[in-house]
Amino acid sequence: MKKYGMVIDTKLCVGCGACVVACKTENDVPEGLHRDWLVEEVTGKFPNLHMEIRSERCNHCSDTPCVSSCPTGASHIKKGSNIVKVDPNKCTGCQACVVSCPYNARFVMPEGYVSKCTFCDHRVEKGESPACASVCPTHAIVFGDLNNPMSRVSRLLRARKFKTIIPEAGTDPNVYYLI
Amino acid sequence: MKEITITTNKISNMVDGHFHAWGWEVPLYLFLGGLTAGILIITAVMAFRKRQDGFKLSAGKLSLWAPIILSLGMISLFLDIKHKLFVWRFYTAFEITSPMSWGSWVLLLIYPLSFLLILATIRESYPGLFSFVNKFLSALKLDVLFKKLTEFSEKNHKIIAGITIPFAITLGIYTGILLSAFGSRPFWNSSMLGPLFLVSGLSSAVAMVLILSNENEERSLFTKVDIALLLTEGIFILLFLIGLATSSAQYKAALTLITGGALTPSFWIFIVMFGLFIPLLLELLELNGRKINPKLAPALVIAGGLFLRFIIVEAGQMNSWLPY
Amino acid sequence: MASNFTRRDFIKISGYGAVGSVVSGKLINGKSSPESKPPESNVRKTPTFCAMCTFKCAGWAYTRDGAPWKLTGHKDDHHSNGRLCTKGTGGWGTYTDPDRLKTPLIRTGKRGEQYFKEVSWDEAFEYIALKLKKIAEEHGPECVALLTHGSDGSFFKQLLKAYGSSNIAAPSYGSCRGPREEAYILTYGEPVDSPERTDMSNSKCLVFIGTHIGENTHSSQVKEFGDALANGATVITVDPRFSTAASKSDHWLPIKPGTDMALLLAWINVIISEELYDKQFVKNNTTGFELLKTHVEKYTPEWAYTETTIKPDVIRKTARIMAKNAPATLVHPGRMVVWYGDDTQRVRTGAILNALLGNWGKKGGFFNPLKADVPGYPHPPYPKPSKTWRDAFPGKFELANLALSSGICYASIPSVDKSCSFKGWIVYGTNAMRTMPDRAKTLEAIQNLDLLVAVDILPMEITGWADVILPECSYLERYGELRVTSGKKAQIALRMPALDPLYNSKPSWWMVKKLADKLGLNEYFKWKNVEEYLDLRLTKAGTSLKELKKKGVITLPDDTPIYYNKNEKIEFDTESGKIELYSQLLEEHGFDPIPVYKRHENPPEDYFRLLVGRSPFHAFGRTTNNPILTQLQNENHVWINTLIAKDWDLKNGQYIKLENQDGVVSNKIRVKVTERIRPDSVYMVHGFGHTNKFLKKAYLRGADDSTLITKVHTDEIMGGTGMRGNFVTFIT
Repeated sequence: MKKYGMVIDTKLCVGCGACVVACKTENDVPEGLHRDWLVEEVTGKFPNLHMEIRSERCNHCSDTPCVSSCPTGASHIKKGSNIVKVDPNKCTGCQACVVSCPYNARFVMPEGYVSKCTFCDHRVEKGESPACASVCPTHAIVFGDLNNPMSRVSRLLRARKFKTIIPEAGTDPNVYYLI
Repeated sequence: MKEITITTNKISNMVDGHFHAWGWEVPLYLFLGGLTAGILIITAVMAFRKRQDGFKLSAGKLSLWAPIILSLGMISLFLDIKHKLFVWRFYTAFEITSPMSWGSWVLLLIYPLSFLLILATIRESYPGLFSFVNKFLSALKLDVLFKKLTEFSEKNHKIIAGITIPFAITLGIYTGILLSAFGSRPFWNSSMLGPLFLVSGLSSAVAMVLILSNENEERSLFTKVDIALLLTEGIFILLFLIGLATSSAQYKAALTLITGGALTPSFWIFIVMFGLFIPLLLELLELNGRKINPKLAPALVIAGGLFLRFIIVEAGQMNSWLPY
Repeated sequence: MASNFTRRDFIKISGYGAVGSVVSGKLINGKSSPESKPPESNVRKTPTFCAMCTFKCAGWAYTRDGAPWKLTGHKDDHHSNGRLCTKGTGGWGTYTDPDRLKTPLIRTGKRGEQYFKEVSWDEAFEYIALKLKKIAEEHGPECVALLTHGSDGSFFKQLLKAYGSSNIAAPSYGSCRGPREEAYILTYGEPVDSPERTDMSNSKCLVFIGTHIGENTHSSQVKEFGDALANGATVITVDPRFSTAASKSDHWLPIKPGTDMALLLAWINVIISEELYDKQFVKNNTTGFELLKTHVEKYTPEWAYTETTIKPDVIRKTARIMAKNAPATLVHPGRMVVWYGDDTQRVRTGAILNALLGNWGKKGGFFNPLKADVPGYPHPPYPKPSKTWRDAFPGKFELANLALSSGICYASIPSVDKSCSFKGWIVYGTNAMRTMPDRAKTLEAIQNLDLLVAVDILPMEITGWADVILPECSYLERYGELRVTSGKKAQIALRMPALDPLYNSKPSWWMVKKLADKLGLNEYFKWKNVEEYLDLRLTKAGTSLKELKKKGVITLPDDTPIYYNKNEKIEFDTESGKIELYSQLLEEHGFDPIPVYKRHENPPEDYFRLLVGRSPFHAFGRTTNNPILTQLQNENHVWINTLIAKDWDLKNGQYIKLENQDGVVSNKIRVKVTERIRPDSVYMVHGFGHTNKFLKKAYLRGADDSTLITKVHTDEIMGGTGMRGNFVTFIT
């Protein structure tokens, strides 16, 4: 079983948004909808300031309220991995999953079904990294198998201090932020 | 202080600066579902009463409302879902972890039960309807079956009622659990929501009896029942608030929505004041013989029940673990 | 950020539209969902290099079933290193933009009223040729100028030279990086160039002064900055604003705007007085050190503190860090450097500081760029122009190595004392109203022209004022001039069409070829079509169009080292053959031979200095109508310090207007209340507040800074248009 994850280095991320545009074009994400987005968090008072920039997306959590709240099985975990996906042919658009996601990572497509980040599994199947990771100019986004101790993501998590977003929501996210 | 900005203009599900996926359809559905549960519980419980004269509505006529109101609720739910051609997918799976899946299957069982409950008293309550349906079905050569079914229901009225009660309670509680199961929404994430919505659904159903009934004995009994239900509802709301107030920071933050935040006036005025306190007062005065428009208190109760769903559904969406 | 999406709209779209969209989404678009569609069906990739900005990153344009899909970087390319930036990745938006110019237009109403008639290409060329011939007869061909931005302006440059004018200006010179290039030419004999010859990947200490890499997303610059961060380089950022770069820095020096030169001089003071400079390098390769030493004695950190508000110990500490890491310390030369009119001198101060650190031709400093040699297409010698734009400015800007667009602009306004007055402009791919400050002057110049031709993809402010509009197809629909830029590798890149041109738009090479025919200049353009033009040039360079079509980018073998050896004596292309700490040339022209600090005007009470920068999501005004990029940002914000916002009772997200010292009022703009800026300044990104109503997504979204820049501080040395000397107040 693969446990895919992302390790995003907030020290390298410059918030350029290339990840957002690469995702939109790679996946034909319709106008106004976003599978990934950027958050800037500034703390302190002038001139003692700190800023963290994060490229955020679905966390492909290990504990998935979006999958467990789905009444039809449309929201599911892809076989052999932890990639959380939506099957448009099963989705009723009831939005239980949209409401259940603490990260607001899901949205309704113009056609009516729910969509979200897929970790570009169509690319991953071919051994490529997701579009956002492949475009990042500072190589801040690293994708890989967390179950493999020799993968870059695993090594980064061993070497660096990291955090996840709102771990207290209890979803056990698989997108890590190096701090 | 933190300055948090989503710099890439993300507007998925964001309306007027906060998360908003569910509009008016879901709270209306939850209200109508709770009302249906209340109606079914009343008609089922009344089946066990020995003396049914003087209780024509609650023991008989009321049952017809259950499938009608339930269907309105289902229409409301259908309006909410966005991938409408795939609505049938609710019934190609049973997802044990999904309250919505449970709900959709319970609803499916509620329909036959509610029809049997109608048939159990139809000859007495709606003789005109009975003969009309009979005539209609005879054209289809189904009148024999209909008659048999009616006789079966009349004979097994109490058994049917006995089976209905747990299912109706499940339905009532489900309307709350649907929300409380969302761990990502601190405002909803309280086990009080199930009982609260059940009691609120029951009190709305009782209020319906009070509005529709013209019999003094029935009105007087149900006024007392309503007082008890409103008191219970008040206690449940209090427990719900205490639950939020004594939980972790995120839950406390959720509570501030109705203790100073955006939804404070609507919560305290429409739910607590006009939905609970004033009708309670009016009903107590009425029992003490004061002349008050008898339809006023129950109308307020029903409106209060509707507001309860609307405000709670809105509040849950306005608050989440993430501050953005 | 705040959206203009109201709840009502949302409900309408999501609720009532749902039934319809189930049907229309599938059937009308003829396109099923990405989830159910194998993304690889009928995919084609074509080599291109980007034209979203002028950094020219090479990449691949992907189409799927003959429709746009995506753009990715070319892994061999030394500009993109395989990764395009935000704008480059969103390049297909230029192609799909529904507001594109669709057919040639000739003006029928008054200038600027935007009444045009649709004409054929032949009619348009006939009209232009007639006017050009008339101007040549009456005033001489030198009275026609070309304002250009972007690599395919090359064909129009050739046309103008064949026609007999050498007045070719890129606004990027006078309004952006001109002073930087001149300062480095004056000091080192060579420009910094684009892409910059900075070796940031290997720097141990990086100093950014007024440059905001990260928000400015030129690919290799951001990549190299990232490398430096990953390698643990010490970063020192000088900026009145807590920029992205500042947030990545070990030391942020929130300097008082306008005093950067004081800080640079104080750094030099510390490095010399504490003897921290590279003595061997200075001895071998510089001239005028002793004069410099005496000159900077008075510029102590204590003196600089009163100017810059940066504490003396911080100045000393940062100077020592720079020296400690030298020569792998780089004081970045910046890019957009036209600020206060003394810009060449300020950038030169940084160049001198770099010289003291001995980083020229050193790892982590400035490398020696390589460049492929690609001969031009042979043509007869161009006619020699008898006058140029310089004749309009006798005795001025003699040290400017390139033409000034503002010079051309001012010289188009008739006056008795100008011996060269312009009668015709060809404006290629640059929105002259916005790229030059002082809009009123630009308009006055335009009103006096006999011919204004605008070649563009989108309607812009400038096309609204044009006599003839020629709709160019986007870079994804055309062959372009070859990319031969300098860098760590000697490379050639090809741009070829990924799809056929939409509407009646055409590539610039085609327009130039046709116009040359009409003007009787076809002897200068002997090629039949662009493929022949490119192939001949590439063959001469040792490759071929066929190879480039397949590979997109080729790297020519060149083993010239990009660094000098330690203590190697370097020959500089200056008069003295050395790095000129003291510039004889400047002295001869009456300028300070060593930079002298001069105070700049401070904002009056209730006014704030207007600082301007870039959004990482946009390439200035050229992309603010792009259907993909506007989804990330569709208006700009004015940054206001929290304390000031409190004083003025301004709320985050509120719309206000800005009024400058001359009473010019901006379009409405949202407030960003933030700790990230000094209380004496406000900041906004350039490129928003378009006033051409045909740009449907961009029209009046946000505010335009260039209309507020009415006070221009001209750089006396090279004519750059300093734009940071303007002050604004708030209208609520």
